Amino acid sequence: MKVKAQISMVLNLDKCIGCHTCSVTCKQTWTNRPGAEYMWFNNVETRPGVGYPKKWEDESHYKGGWKLNRKGKLELRAGNKLNKVALAKIFYNPDMPNLDDYYEPWTYDYQTLFGKESKHQPVARAKSQITGEYMDLTNGPNWDDDLAGSDRSFGEDPNMQNIESDIKGNFERTFMMYLPRLCEHCLNAACVASCPSGAMYKRDEDGIVLVDQERCRGWRFCMTGCPYKKVYFNWNTNKAEKCTFCYPRIEEGLPTVCSETCVGRIRYIGVILYDADRVAEACEEPDDTKLYEAQLGLFLDPNDPEVVEQALADGVDMETIRCAQKSPIYKMAVEQKIAFPLHPEYRTMPMVWYVPPLSPIMNYFEGKNSIKYPEMIFPAINEMRIPVEYLANLLSGGNTEVIKNALYKLAMMRLYMRARTSGKDFDAEKLDRVGLTEDSATSLYRLLAIAKYEDRFVIPQSKKEKVAPVAEDQGGLGFEQCNGCALAPVHGSMLRKAKAGESTKDIYAESFYGGIWRD
Amino acid sequence: MDNVWGYILWVIFPYVALGSFFFGTIIRLAFYGGNITAKSSELLEKKQLMIGSILFHIGIIFVFFGHVVGIFIPKSFTDFLGIPNEVYHMGALFMGGMAGFMALAGMIILSYRRFTNKRVFMTSSFSDLVVNVSFLIVIVLGLSASLIEGTVFHPEFNYRLNLSVWARQLFYFRPNYHLMLQVPIVFRIHVICGLLIFAFFPYTRLVHALTLPWQYIFRRPIVYRKKGLRGRSK
Repeated sequence: MKVKAQISMVLNLDKCIGCHTCSVTCKQTWTNRPGAEYMWFNNVETRPGVGYPKKWEDESHYKGGWKLNRKGKLELRAGNKLNKVALAKIFYNPDMPNLDDYYEPWTYDYQTLFGKESKHQPVARAKSQITGEYMDLTNGPNWDDDLAGSDRSFGEDPNMQNIESDIKGNFERTFMMYLPRLCEHCLNAACVASCPSGAMYKRDEDGIVLVDQERCRGWRFCMTGCPYKKVYFNWNTNKAEKCTFCYPRIEEGLPTVCSETCVGRIRYIGVILYDADRVAEACEEPDDTKLYEAQLGLFLDPNDPEVVEQALADGVDMETIRCAQKSPIYKMAVEQKIAFPLHPEYRTMPMVWYVPPLSPIMNYFEGKNSIKYPEMIFPAINEMRIPVEYLANLLSGGNTEVIKNALYKLAMMRLYMRARTSGKDFDAEKLDRVGLTEDSATSLYRLLAIAKYEDRFVIPQSKKEKVAPVAEDQGGLGFEQCNGCALAPVHGSMLRKAKAGESTKDIYAESFYGGIWRD
Repeated sequence: MDNVWGYILWVIFPYVALGSFFFGTIIRLAFYGGNITAKSSELLEKKQLMIGSILFHIGIIFVFFGHVVGIFIPKSFTDFLGIPNEVYHMGALFMGGMAGFMALAGMIILSYRRFTNKRVFMTSSFSDLVVNVSFLIVIVLGLSASLIEGTVFHPEFNYRLNLSVWARQLFYFRPNYHLMLQVPIVFRIHVICGLLIFAFFPYTRLVHALTLPWQYIFRRPIVYRKKGLRGRSK
């Protein structure tokens, strides 16, 4: 047994309202630079839909992740080393997505909106941020938001493939849910295994997957390797970039920007201990539907004295172990089994997990004497508007049983709490049937519904100062050729005007209107 | 005058060019290693790149090794093996010509793509454009030197008796520039242009050829890095 600590995240999809605050704050923090305009380290997709980049889940097209070869051993779907050398893939990567699979980033020609009054209403036209030319918008990072793509993007969603076709286009019975996505910081990261330069790595102390910008040579195999298509290529620096799990914040014990700003409080961050020696074995589980359980089997009980002893021996510090003991991730994923990995069948052992959504069924079910007959929830979930098969294709490699159990549990918890708050009787045996007790249902309710900041985020500080000269890094920037905050003099029109000698009063008059500063 | 120009072109210039190559390479790898990348534009355009890039790279690799053989294997060695001069030259022309045309076709596609594809052109640096144009020039010169000038106009010319000897002499610092004065003009321009490419090689995107990721073949799939052990950047 080799104990390693992994920082991971759970997203409670039941509460996601698809507001995109996570994506926007992430973008403001990490990817508002030239070359990174099209990148969304975090994005929110409406499911069913094609997602971003288009049809990223279609691995027969993008060749991401791992597969088992004839001998039952793990192999990158994009080809093993021999295959890459023999087919000269280093000169041209056949499976790499191109910009149109994401979208061509644009801005608007805002200047035309100002100026003299003219006969016609001025219109701001879209301008490509790459070529600077006017362009017709045909695709965007969120083109099919809220089912805007209608049956077209429905049909193209790879998760819909084995769902009865009558559900697909039948709009009376249509369903949707939101799926916020970020890098999964996998235990068996295919991007890391794909990188020829060895620039991609997992941090030993917390498992965050990063791209060493100094060593990246832009060979682009990581983009193909990642089945979630969460490694991007910066056309300006010609290097790969990806979600950093906001490691500078995590090191300080703070949650990532996307989690911090989530208005629905759907995100949870914590540490989980796992057995690194058994990862390869778990990934080689031949049955796709059992991969979720194989991954669960890797996680170690942080309260087990043997595990703690081994963790200390393997260099995990005490604060991390204590955080692992209070980890909301362990509670949801391992103890209650209500959280699931996204597409475990890619065999990367992803570490951003999701609580499946329940809302539509509850709206239908609640108020129909549900407290009196809570067992009605069992047949009801089978006829849920979001088909359980769809959720299973997304979250458990097709294993519907585990998804159903989680939904039963979530629904029963809600019925129990509703009965309690409205002073009705509730037969505690019903809780037992889904594996809950009155105590565990209450604590699950507190974690999911109240979701206090300190319950959602249990993150150890990194103590980096003990091993590295952190003072030297102060003010440093993660990405090369990133001017970071120094961009203001370049782009800030106010500063440019001031430099050109314009008076402060004029600048004020030009830049402050409508109650806000416009730069 | 011939002597002065001969000395400048075939003694001073080659050393300046190669000096620039080695100086630049050392500086780039030692101090600016972090900014070496293949400068891929595959994200922006994929279809033309597929044909162009594969043709060019495979072609240019064969061309490179062809030059190495032509320069470093002396005539005495193939004579010793009993390979007649005609057979050697036919072989060299045939294989070199094939590789050369592959590289040329690839470079024409790549250059067309670089100059006409808006996305690629707008994100190109000046040096990217220079690299494309200079490769086009040097490949055209090389092909016309060996396939036209060497066979039609100067059939008696054998580069292994003078050009290769001079090139080998460069490596032990005793170049005899008189040897180069016997070489036909297109060959000479080709040599100058080739040396120019070496001169700016480390300062452009070409430097990616020196950082081929051999270690990938032998390394374990998942890389872990311990905190504090990361190489510190400048």
